[in-house]
Amino acid sequence: MNLTLRIWRQSGPEDKGRMVTYQVDDVSPDMSFLEMLDVLNERLILAGEEPVAFDHDCREGICGMCGMMINGVAHGPQRGTTTCQLHMRQFSDGDTIDIEPWRAQAFPVIKDLVVNRSAFDKIIAAGGYITAPTGSAPEAHSVPVAKANADAAFEAAACIGCGACVAACPNGSGMLFTAAKVTQLSLLPQGQPERYTRVIGMVEAHDEAGFGGCTNAGECTVACPKGIPLNTIGRLNRDYLKATTKQADNTPGS
Amino acid sequence: MAVTGIILVLFLIAHMLGNLKVFTGATSFDHYAHWLRDIGKPVLPGVWFLWIQRGVLTVAVLAHIAAATVLARRSRAARPVRYAHRPKVQGSYAARTMRWGGVIILLFVIYHLLDLTTGHLNPVGDPSKPYSNVVADFAPERWYVTLFYTLAIVALGFHLRHGAFSAFRSLGQQTPRGEARARAAALVFAVALSAGFLVVPFAVLTGLVS
Amino acid sequence: MDLYIEGDPIADTKAPDGPIETRWERRRFEAKLVNPANRRKMTVIVVGTGLAGGSAAATLAEQGYKVKSYCYQDSPRRAHSIAAQGGINAAKNYRNDGDSVHRLFYDTVKGGDFRSRESNVHRLAEVSVNIIDQCVAQGVPFAREYGGLLDTRSFGGAQVQRTFYARGQTGQQLLLGAYQALERQVGLGNVEMNARHEMLELIVVDGRARGIVVRDLVTGEITTEFADAVVLASGGYGNVFYLSTNAKGCNVTATWRAHRKGAYFANPCFTQIHPTCIPVSGDHQSKLTLMSESLRNDGRVWVPKAKGDDRAPRDIPEDERDYYLERIYPSFGNLVPRDIASRAAKAVCDQGRGVGPGGLGVYLDFADAISRLGRKAIEAKYGNLFEMYERITGEDPYEVPMRIYPAVHYTMGGLWVDYDLQSTIPGLFVIGEANFSDHGANRLGASALMQGLADGYFVLPNTIANYLAAGPFEKLDASHPAAVEARRDVEDRIQRLLAVNGDRTVDSFHRELGQIMWDHCGMERSEAGLRKAIDEIRALRDQFWQRVRVLGDGDGLNQSLEKAGRVADFFELAELMCIDALHREESCGGHFRAEHQTEDGEAQRDDENFSYVAAWEFTGTGKPSVLHKEDLKFEYVHPTQRSYK
Repeated sequence: MNLTLRIWRQSGPEDKGRMVTYQVDDVSPDMSFLEMLDVLNERLILAGEEPVAFDHDCREGICGMCGMMINGVAHGPQRGTTTCQLHMRQFSDGDTIDIEPWRAQAFPVIKDLVVNRSAFDKIIAAGGYITAPTGSAPEAHSVPVAKANADAAFEAAACIGCGACVAACPNGSGMLFTAAKVTQLSLLPQGQPERYTRVIGMVEAHDEAGFGGCTNAGECTVACPKGIPLNTIGRLNRDYLKATTKQADNTPGS
Repeated sequence: MAVTGIILVLFLIAHMLGNLKVFTGATSFDHYAHWLRDIGKPVLPGVWFLWIQRGVLTVAVLAHIAAATVLARRSRAARPVRYAHRPKVQGSYAARTMRWGGVIILLFVIYHLLDLTTGHLNPVGDPSKPYSNVVADFAPERWYVTLFYTLAIVALGFHLRHGAFSAFRSLGQQTPRGEARARAAALVFAVALSAGFLVVPFAVLTGLVS
Repeated sequence: MDLYIEGDPIADTKAPDGPIETRWERRRFEAKLVNPANRRKMTVIVVGTGLAGGSAAATLAEQGYKVKSYCYQDSPRRAHSIAAQGGINAAKNYRNDGDSVHRLFYDTVKGGDFRSRESNVHRLAEVSVNIIDQCVAQGVPFAREYGGLLDTRSFGGAQVQRTFYARGQTGQQLLLGAYQALERQVGLGNVEMNARHEMLELIVVDGRARGIVVRDLVTGEITTEFADAVVLASGGYGNVFYLSTNAKGCNVTATWRAHRKGAYFANPCFTQIHPTCIPVSGDHQSKLTLMSESLRNDGRVWVPKAKGDDRAPRDIPEDERDYYLERIYPSFGNLVPRDIASRAAKAVCDQGRGVGPGGLGVYLDFADAISRLGRKAIEAKYGNLFEMYERITGEDPYEVPMRIYPAVHYTMGGLWVDYDLQSTIPGLFVIGEANFSDHGANRLGASALMQGLADGYFVLPNTIANYLAAGPFEKLDASHPAAVEARRDVEDRIQRLLAVNGDRTVDSFHRELGQIMWDHCGMERSEAGLRKAIDEIRALRDQFWQRVRVLGDGDGLNQSLEKAGRVADFFELAELMCIDALHREESCGGHFRAEHQTEDGEAQRDDENFSYVAAWEFTGTGKPSVLHKEDLKFEYVHPTQRSYK
């Protein structure tokens, strides 16, 4: 099939950027979206034009490196699918496709479709872990975990950190990402000792990074390629409320 | 947002139920309206309660708007460069129209106060005769007023639907099952409240109340 | 000219002898230690943030060393360990099914076709149990039973259920555990994290590895970084085949640059071809996607009995299907090790019985499992894998059997290391897939995660102290002649790549190189094919340096330039792989030489002449490499012909 692509080109962080139109012909429906961009780039290089820069790595939907707005939808039209797993059979001959980078203050554009998502790492560094230095772990079976909690923790832990939630959010908020990690760790017995300091630290890092506030609009969970549920944000809110009210005085045993 | 929203919602419930007194006839409705001004008597002198209530509501509205402004400014700052291809609504329209919906409701409230509280924009405009004010307001030939009220109430319905769910969420509703319930409750509540408000102008329009 | 020269044998001087169960404990006791106050004075560079690199960086920082960590991805969480699906082995024996450290050791040595070191493998089996404890403590959400205890499943090459898993995303969950531990240390200021940085050269001063040259992929800036020791955890080199299950960015540059600086490269021809991948759909294919081996627990592999049978799979009656794995290997059936399953698939396709486009595929059928366990149970176990398959192929595996075909997946070869995981360059340690040590000629399923984490959490942090006890070493800066030279080499190479401005893209060369390697150094190798491949690789490499086109400059993000540098190194590695494959006149594990097979087509090992590790020394571009042999001794698991029948 033949497609018209309108792609955001921006040579660097300082460039203003603009949409540029390209024609791509002979696209196979079995191609992935990124393979279609590979084809475009090969042609651009041979024509002496700079190829479109885009992030990608595993191309099997798990590393979280790829991601772009495709016709105004994060990761494109197929739900629960990363850009690398999106296949061209989702489009039809003659389609015009708009491709833009994730847009958020906290994710500045590096070049074309490549953005800097290190703000997510900072949120994790601010508390998204369980302190368990190597060698200190007790026998794995010493603490059983109810299957339901383990399963729910897993569901939240499936986040790949791609940033689609931020890109889709009308407020540019990273709350689903933050809440997914808070939820995973607060559902497990191992995560209890740091439960309330964790949520405060992570939310502060989130706000400091320049993400917007959550208004429960729910766009994030629809865009999420791993289906992280919206109720994780409720869990975060509850822990945050508890942390800022009851636990605020840090009295041991409170 | 959640706390101020809840205060306003409580007022709306009372307001809507009070409105329904219009079906009990002119005397009863006017009597009710006058009673509203005197609640708290004789413990509180005259219209004190009314003013306390007005004060609380004004503070709640201002705080609600202030919180919304903070959120809106944050979200503008969080996305300085807009999408060329505007993102499609993937979640709910109610959620995506909160800000404009809020502005419409605010404009409506101002009109509504000038209309039925102060009477400046009302054809009768007699503060001592609320029933005739209402009937005159929604007379068939003034269909545009009814239309405006209807649009505003629908906007309010959307606002409440997402607002109520969002309030549950902000206050820590956290299970998937609870989420389904919260969404259903918010929808039922928003529809019931909007319907309650809308029956009055339509009753006048259709001559059921005259 | 000879392809290689045979040099002096090499020996692992750090491996203790004595009873195998006590060796690791004795090594830890005999090794020197660094006291906590001195650790703060020392810096360790760790390249790569996968399971091995991430866990090592976090653990070293916890111990008190200053750590500088590098990865080419935009975040340490994206290293390709994240894509491992199936699980991680550990000798916990929670199932009470006869497992033990010794059995895991035995299975791994046998699974590696007797080309690995007994001491290393035993240590791996010992620490496997600690890994599970460590990961659970970090909050890794492993699958659990209703009683709240950990669930396990069986995996290829084993008859016990010792594989722990987190749905089909075990690698992701383990990596995120290590990543979180690493980020904690970043937050505490103990680790300096440098994402989007690529190591392009090793700096060796007075015979010791003392630093690296890195390029900031965003600004293009090239800097020299120094430390008291350098740890490479940069993964495997499967992308030399272009199409593989590796991530697009996986490359050999870090290890190859170290090889050129004196680190021996061991067993480069040992590559693992994974039997269950989604077949190629066309020329546009940019990578292959793995379907977890765990699918073979419930799926049955078959092809039509008749050649060229192109009926829809559901129309082929039971008695016209050949469940060839169950037929040939009745005791292991569909769970035979990977090398055997892959070769069997190739054999039936070579007979013209393959299915799907081009006849390069076999069926993996879940119909029996669905009728036995119900669709729900299958969904719970493999739901995400089935969805992935459907997204890629457009076919629903609940209704139509999956089509699978082998693909390059893992490389057992890598930089030679001793028992301490130190390479032949003092101060250069190599861990995870980047080294060669534990899997021999074939890796068992769910053992890569085990090895990566064993090296990173438990082995390296103990053994590196023995080296660092002699430190801190002399302070260095960018003006040191060795650093200046290394940096200039990097800059020259970049300029050369940019200057060619030819008429072919980097990818077109990479694709062609991959095809040569797949045809001649893939699942089956022969002398004639390998010789042909070596000639073709050399010719193509010359073409590359004359005709490649890399646009733009080196002063910013330039993805073509990154790729070009990586492909240039793959060319050199490819040649060494073919030479290694050519010299190893036997079949073992993932290395199958057409000339060396039994009458019924099984691999024929030659223990008398080839029971050694081939460690290759680089002597200069265009000069023959020198082969150093490390003899392998088997005191506990006696080499037998592997039989899974």
